[in-house]
Amino acid sequence: MAIVTTSKKACSVNPLKMSQPIGGSFAFMGLRGAMPLLHGPQGCASFGLTLFVRHFNEAVPMQTTAMSEVATVLGGHENLEQAILNIYNRIEPEIIGINSTGVTETNGDDVEAFIRLIRQKHRQLEKLPLVYVSTPDFKDALQDGWGKTVARMIEVLVTPFDPARPRDASRVNVLPGCHLTPGDLDELRTIFEDFGLKPSFLPDLAGSLDGHIPDEFTPTTIGGIGVDEIATMGQVAWTIAIGAQMRRAAETMQVRTGAPFRLFERLCGLIPNDEFMAFLSQITGRSVPSKYRRQRGQLADAMLDAHFHIGGRKLAIGAEPDLLFDLSSSLHEMGAQVTAAVTTTNSPVLQRVRTEDVLIGDLEDLEELARTRDCDLLISHSHGRQAASRLNVPFFRVGFPMFDRLGAAHLTMVGYRGTRDLIFDIANLIITDREINHRPTPDSWRFTNSGLQVVSPRLH
Amino acid sequence: MTSLPTTIQDVFNEPGCARNASKSKVERKNGCTKQLKPGGAAGGCAFDGAKVALQPFTDVAHLVHGPIACEGNSWDNRGSVSSGSDLWRRSFTTDMSETDIVFGGEKRLYRAVKEITEKYNPQAIFVYQTCVPAMIGDDIDMVCKAASAKFGKPVIPINSPGFVGSKNLGNKLAGEALLEHVIGTGEPDYTTSYDINIIGEYNLSGELWQIKPLLDELGIRILSCISGDGKYREVAYSHRAKAAMMVCSRAMINVARKMRQRYGIPFFEGSFYGIEDTSDSLRQIARMLIESGAPAELMERTQALIAREETKAWAAIERFKPRFAGKRVVLITGGVKSWSMVAALQEAGLEIVGTSVKKSTKKDKERIKELMGQDAHMIEDMSPREIYKMLKDAKADIMLSGGKSQFVALKAAMPWLDINQERCHAYMGYVGILKLMEEIEKALYNPIWDQLRQAAPWDEFDRNLQARTAAQMHAQAPDPVRDPSRNGVRTISFSNQAEVSEGESAIAAHGPKLAEPNKPCTSSSGRCIACKDIPSDLQPPALQAAE
Ligand code: SF4
Repeated sequence: MAIVTTSKKACSVNPLKMSQPIGGSFAFMGLRGAMPLLHGPQGCASFGLTLFVRHFNEAVPMQTTAMSEVATVLGGHENLEQAILNIYNRIEPEIIGINSTGVTETNGDDVEAFIRLIRQKHRQLEKLPLVYVSTPDFKDALQDGWGKTVARMIEVLVTPFDPARPRDASRVNVLPGCHLTPGDLDELRTIFEDFGLKPSFLPDLAGSLDGHIPDEFTPTTIGGIGVDEIATMGQVAWTIAIGAQMRRAAETMQVRTGAPFRLFERLCGLIPNDEFMAFLSQITGRSVPSKYRRQRGQLADAMLDAHFHIGGRKLAIGAEPDLLFDLSSSLHEMGAQVTAAVTTTNSPVLQRVRTEDVLIGDLEDLEELARTRDCDLLISHSHGRQAASRLNVPFFRVGFPMFDRLGAAHLTMVGYRGTRDLIFDIANLIITDREINHRPTPDSWRFTNSGLQVVSPRLH
Repeated sequence: MTSLPTTIQDVFNEPGCARNASKSKVERKNGCTKQLKPGGAAGGCAFDGAKVALQPFTDVAHLVHGPIACEGNSWDNRGSVSSGSDLWRRSFTTDMSETDIVFGGEKRLYRAVKEITEKYNPQAIFVYQTCVPAMIGDDIDMVCKAASAKFGKPVIPINSPGFVGSKNLGNKLAGEALLEHVIGTGEPDYTTSYDINIIGEYNLSGELWQIKPLLDELGIRILSCISGDGKYREVAYSHRAKAAMMVCSRAMINVARKMRQRYGIPFFEGSFYGIEDTSDSLRQIARMLIESGAPAELMERTQALIAREETKAWAAIERFKPRFAGKRVVLITGGVKSWSMVAALQEAGLEIVGTSVKKSTKKDKERIKELMGQDAHMIEDMSPREIYKMLKDAKADIMLSGGKSQFVALKAAMPWLDINQERCHAYMGYVGILKLMEEIEKALYNPIWDQLRQAAPWDEFDRNLQARTAAQMHAQAPDPVRDPSRNGVRTISFSNQAEVSEGESAIAAHGPKLAEPNKPCTSSSGRCIACKDIPSDLQPPALQAAE
């Protein structure tokens, strides 16, 4: 049981955290024909946009209400109205997803009221889905913005269960957390389909940000789940949520549709995937396809081969709560010790991270802890690269953003196969590091006062 | 100390700006920032601009006062390079919480400065104001003054909250902060008659170092670069330079002009992009230094160096001529700074078939006509969709632009090269232009383009199939899938467990080609061709044969 503390510093150094509205826009990117709109000054959207473009190497739709200083004083009604009209007229999106920012929240803009007025005034907008979520920058973090936004999508877009129509037993709703990549979603989609299920992912980043090449250039998202499909999510038999951040969304779905949900806090590692497979087998009444029996065997073998390298390693991990929990648990289950754990925001899973303490802090904290606790592998998003090079320890990139390597969208950690690949990647990183930095020399063993001693070849 | 609105008005009035000079009084008052269009805007805020301009100062701690959005979402995203300290790459922010918004963030800011001083002891701390603390009235000038006095080191307020305007305005506000608080506050160990300032150059990808050897050879010293690979102390004594070069014409013109006014440092606007511009700039530097008292022989040495380097460069360009013959370029860039680059590209045989003139002045447009002929295709403000179409129709062979439009080109399977910021290669000076040509050549002749422009071979097969099944459907009624008696509810059928295993053994037996049948017909990639529930006459003949 980990003790969770919050950093007391006044100055955050090398932030691990990104802001909530960005998480909200991120979620809207998994909807088809969507235009995420940040209600705030243009800089906020511009930074968000750059962040996504650098991570995915894709054109990313994102707009802003471009609040100027003057507009801020007057309130954002007019800017929001203009923004919605401009977007509607220019690019005809299927949905506009609006998130507030620090500026408009400090101002106290009542956006829901604005939207009502705008709809009244402009009849042509009557049918255009507008989903608004309050996501002030000065509270919470990216994954909270994502979770809240998905919950709100459900409230606004899912038609409540219609008892006149039968539930479709072959359909499941899947509510993935923002720590899952398009690669993860595709892996899950295949698994569901192999059990004969038809999954509806909300949101579906794999449809929009998997890097496919569209026939025509669209200024909105180029795929993802459609508003029409979301509307029918009430008729399913089960909802499956992945990551604790999705609990709110899953509960919202249950209230709205009456369909039960099952929350999987983790989908990386042998045990969680066994549970997952067993669950799917149970709800479909089908036995686990032999493909997964084979994959399970491969994962088991990977664990055997890799435990020599991963076992006993001291890890420093910096990640948002759900990713931290998932990754640290599976590496703990490989025999590694999670010696430093830093995260961005509060979550019920933090106490269950298999380490002594979890700090809600920044990458400076992680670097410091990694140094004093002698960690030999650093894991975080790309911003951790400077810390790793100063510590001279191998660095494994996970999560968002990953801007200095290619293929972020396809890094897969879920399922037996994803776990297998993750384990190999990490073990190989450790092997490479040993070959480069820790070759034994004649001086590796020396006599000291207490007898023959190993002199650590570590550089720090 | 002047207030922010006054400073902004002052910046808008900038007489050194060529664009400004051509405006009426009223226009000038409205400022150079275009009215932002909600729902149609793209581009950074004034804070972004200030940070871009100042972050290349390497030994300074850059502290961003605001909620996590401003810094947390944006740090470590610029390509400047340092020859020394890496302090500038660390990110510092007050990460304001709700409590700070309610009670004010000044105390937290002060404590943040204290922590940075204790932990990192930087040469100076730049404190950036952002929107939220500006809204709640946090007085960063006051905090900086107090902290500066307490900790005995420069703590400089950069008053450029995002919502006051564009990135460009932010560049200038950053310049104002330097003028007000930094420039003229220090003295160099010694001065020479060969000391220059370079203003508005950020050393992206280390470009500055492509030029420095040339200046070194001439004995010209870069007293201070604002701000690429810059050091705090160097800006502080930059007022002792004998001449200055303004590199990015509109970004920090106010700094150059006010330094001329206050300290009598003459400046010119120049560029190191392209061969002719590089030579011109070197000549200008020599001329100005000589006018300020350097020996006249500097010009002879400069001319000799130029002659030598130009000969080398033009000779090297010859190599590209056969490779570039008949190749057409679309150039989407806002900058005047690249004209000389265009000239060099043309000299190498590339044909410029279109260029964007969105940010160009009248004079620029005349220049384009001059360079590219009367019927130069000037793209006023093309939507990405139009550009995409133009590229897809292969009206050009390569697109050169800033990072923003890269995917428009790439997704149209069109070679593309970044010629604005954040690129990975340095294109300055005589060596830079060759590097650019090498990159263009690599992009043009990469074998991927031919492969990507080919449609997948089954596309045609699918079309034939569709035509055939359509014909069959006509002939047979009722169709079980489209039967209206089913209320429009589409039947979903799934491969069952037995089939999956069958599929798997089929893979083992026939190799991976049969992997597809594993997917049920609901897969996102289209309908399952092996599904037994689809009437057999709807199945492709190839598969029927296989069974
Ligand atoms: S617009 Fe304001 S709040 Fe947004 S990023 Fe820029 S400074 Fe920060």
